Amino acid sequence: MKAAPFRYFRAADIDEACALLAADEGARVIAGGQTLVPMMVMRLARPTRLIDINRIAALSYIRKDANGIAIGATTRQCLVERDALVATELPLLARAIPFIGHNATRARGTIGGSLANADPAAELSLIAITLDATLSYRAGGKTSHIPARDFFVGPMTTSLPAGACLTGVCFPVWLGKIGVGFHEVNARRSDFAFVSAAAQVEFGPDGKCKRIAIGVGAATDFPMRLDTAEQQLKGTALDERTVGAALREALSDFEPLSDLHASAEYRRRAADKLAARAIADACAHAQGKKTHAH
Amino acid sequence: MRIELEVNSVTYALDVEERTTLLDCLRDALGLKGAHAGCEHGVCGACTVLLDGVAVRSCLIFAPQAEGSAITTIEGLSPSPGELSPIQDAFCETHGMQCGYCTPAMILVAYALLADNPSPTREEIVEAISGNICRCTGYAQIVEAIALAAERIRGANRPLELRK
Repeated sequence: MKAAPFRYFRAADIDEACALLAADEGARVIAGGQTLVPMMVMRLARPTRLIDINRIAALSYIRKDANGIAIGATTRQCLVERDALVATELPLLARAIPFIGHNATRARGTIGGSLANADPAAELSLIAITLDATLSYRAGGKTSHIPARDFFVGPMTTSLPAGACLTGVCFPVWLGKIGVGFHEVNARRSDFAFVSAAAQVEFGPDGKCKRIAIGVGAATDFPMRLDTAEQQLKGTALDERTVGAALREALSDFEPLSDLHASAEYRRRAADKLAARAIADACAHAQGKKTHAH
Repeated sequence: MRIELEVNSVTYALDVEERTTLLDCLRDALGLKGAHAGCEHGVCGACTVLLDGVAVRSCLIFAPQAEGSAITTIEGLSPSPGELSPIQDAFCETHGMQCGYCTPAMILVAYALLADNPSPTREEIVEAISGNICRCTGYAQIVEAIALAAERIRGANRPLELRK
């Protein structure tokens, strides 16, 4: 289990990282390395150069801006896990983060690294898609933005242009009476999810659902939103029957992955149940009841 | 590639291949065999070391990346030669090990936990070691060892110290 040889470069700033990337087609960015290094030692990835962006201080931040909470690409997952602003403004992200790997991998793993690697089972990709986050990247001295829904295009594949380096992600903050829920099934705590589901709801003064976002992860090439269910559930009280019917319809043409760990049929059933539980938790959470992620 | 690594408060200048992991560098270049090579792809936790006081997997860090950080291995945990740290003592007393392969990593994870949270609940201890695989003990005595160490360190009324 040793990586193939490569040349190591430590970038001082983001434009130097982009220049180093552009100079060699086989170059890859390394941040926390918690996904990339396992792939390298298994020889699933053989970068010719590694561009280390860990020392670029400007890429590590959590701050509130006009569009929501912005998080820098190299911000360690453990910092987000403990951040007070994230806990209050992005409760869905706060709830999902403990499911990413283990303490020791969250201590190194970064927000941008997880998004850029685009593992289908990654919790961060699911939350980015569920909350309609916007990702930012730098290429050729220019910063560009891309919605999470357009960023993920396949398993371990994103629409990030060649030579571009992810710089951050911005999660919109929902105001009002909101609640969140997150569930996943895996073989053991903090291992890869077989299926995961996230839901965030906002209730209006009439007690009806004003806004809802539902995402399912790990079951398809990249996380998906249940748009039709969201539309159907808006304006309802989110009672069990209505939610069940909406989810069944939204998942009727759903073709989940099938592998050694979970069959497509299992994933289909699990997605339905986990989404229902995530929505039920989100409702309870909005009413001020305590719920826990599982 | 020429790098400088600070390990257990000593700075070493080393020539390493870029692809050398911190784990291989500690074991092969510095002879610190307490960091164990298990799966070598971040799953088992046997290679855990402290990087600036935080428990990390040394098999998932290339040696050049660790430049500028303070690295602590199990060899640097006891306050002075011939002594054991309170955590090591507690592991001995409660039989928190059998074959010993996971032990250095378990102790370092416990160190990071207790430095941050002197009074962890059982759940917090279980969560802290959840990324470290032990195939002998069934974990119960390891949890017991960490709880005992926490109690003793609280009683000693002084912070955990590393070897200087």
